[in-house]
Amino acid sequence: MIISVASGKGGTGKTTVACNLARSIKNVQLLDCDVEEPNAHILLHPKIQEIEPVKVLIPKVQEEKCTHCGVCANFCEYNALFVSKEKVLFFSELCHSCGGCSLVCPSNAITEVEREIGKVVKGITDDIELVYGELQVGEPLAVPIIKDVKKRVKRDRNVILDAPPGTACPVVATVYGSDFCILVTEPTPFGLHDLEITVQVVRELKIPMGVVVNTAGLGNDDVYEFCKREKIPILLEISYDRRIAELYSQGILFVEEMVEWKDRFLELFDKIARYLDC
Amino acid sequence: MLKQITVLSGKGGTGKTTLTASFAALMKNLVIADCDVDASNLHLLLHPQITKKITFKGSKLAFIDDEKCIQCSKCASACRFDAIKDFTVDSVLCEGCGVCAHICPVEAIELQERISGYAFLSETKYGPMSHARMIPGEENSGKLVTLVRQNARIIAEEQDMSCVLCDGPPGIGCPVIAAVSGIDVGLIVVEPTLSGIHDLDRAVSLLNHFKIEPLVSVNKWDINEKNAQKIKDFCGQKGIEVVGMISYDPLVVKAMVSGLPVVQYDPKSKVTEEIKDTWKKTYSFLMSTEKK
Repeated sequence: MIISVASGKGGTGKTTVACNLARSIKNVQLLDCDVEEPNAHILLHPKIQEIEPVKVLIPKVQEEKCTHCGVCANFCEYNALFVSKEKVLFFSELCHSCGGCSLVCPSNAITEVEREIGKVVKGITDDIELVYGELQVGEPLAVPIIKDVKKRVKRDRNVILDAPPGTACPVVATVYGSDFCILVTEPTPFGLHDLEITVQVVRELKIPMGVVVNTAGLGNDDVYEFCKREKIPILLEISYDRRIAELYSQGILFVEEMVEWKDRFLELFDKIARYLDC
Repeated sequence: MLKQITVLSGKGGTGKTTLTASFAALMKNLVIADCDVDASNLHLLLHPQITKKITFKGSKLAFIDDEKCIQCSKCASACRFDAIKDFTVDSVLCEGCGVCAHICPVEAIELQERISGYAFLSETKYGPMSHARMIPGEENSGKLVTLVRQNARIIAEEQDMSCVLCDGPPGIGCPVIAAVSGIDVGLIVVEPTLSGIHDLDRAVSLLNHFKIEPLVSVNKWDINEKNAQKIKDFCGQKGIEVVGMISYDPLVVKAMVSGLPVVQYDPKSKVTEEIKDTWKKTYSFLMSTEKK
């Protein structure tokens, strides 16, 4: 079973929910797909076992074969190539690695070479396998790294995917293909606004979902009314508790210090499992 | 000379928008730009009246004409994004590169532009605002951010404003790069958590990478005073000025629920004083920078 954890708004507690859930159930693989700012390892303190570079393909122009005809630049939908009379300029950060330029070049002057844009790290902590991606600073494209992380999904495990904030392509790349999506929100106008748009994305992907309300008690009731209206189940409420915030600030999972929460996360997991069974 | 500043954070939810809204309320003569286009929130505090709406076509999508398709599968094997299955295009996976259309022997595939969002020019009671809304799940948020910033600069020049204040998206990827490229100062908002410190480090590296002057403001510093000190030490070592130490106050959420910037909601509170002080230092630093 693959459960993704998303939110729209940042800082609502995706990683907190993903890691505390992982700690409360068995046979877990946690994949941190927030490759721009991966944080799960800060809470889980894994022993690192493997680090692999993530490489994408980029064009390499062989100047001696190139006639500067401009067909490649014309074809490139991402404006990653610029051809002048004297030379070809390539902007690697705009390239999506589609391979189109080498395909269309009439003089076979373009080959493809690998370029590193980040890494995937695998580690272990007790019985949790943690995989996380890390985008190199200055690189724009998170999606290839997310896809690389997701290649490591082990379907015979309880897989948890921790998504990045927002509702753009990195979120879609993470949530895509999961069996269930937990949406973590806070009961504030910002939380609600971003929950509403994330619900649209998850609905479009036809993935069943439920909500976890974090820092419950702060803000107002609009999130609850929205969920009721949209018939989205509220799976768990985590009340605002300064102790939880302080433990998080120290990089400690609150289920480890406040053990009664383990049962609540287990119950959350059972709810999802039951839902998917019927 | 127009100055541009972006409020960013790396980690989400640290208080970028809360701070930006208050800064906007404290300062006349600036253009506000919300560069978080996929989960924007600034409008919930500034209530812009939209004066112009621009359709943004940021990407393309392949379409297969069933009647022409001979089911040879060449497109599916050429697609690097695994976006073609059973002779149809998965609009979620398609990145609009056009390789399928090129490879198709019977010209059954064409690329069509898709509307990825809308950009808006607006008025608020605090001044003009440039913002946008990306259609959920769409690509190319970076290009839309670039459009928001272009619009903001045009307004600034037309109305002779001295400064563009951008609310940035979380992360360090393409929309963030679009939100910081060419700016004068990046104000990083950080919380005193281990995750916050980790992400601060990456946000500072990003600004260094693009040769932009960083400033740091510590939000909810009293949640963990030890970590707040660590952040100060880190900034001290890197020569980064810490312009703000803002306390945790439930008032901030109350202001948000009322749809007001904190400094408007409770002008006499301690947290308002702290935000004012942060903006004063930020603004004077911004005005003292010289374009490289």
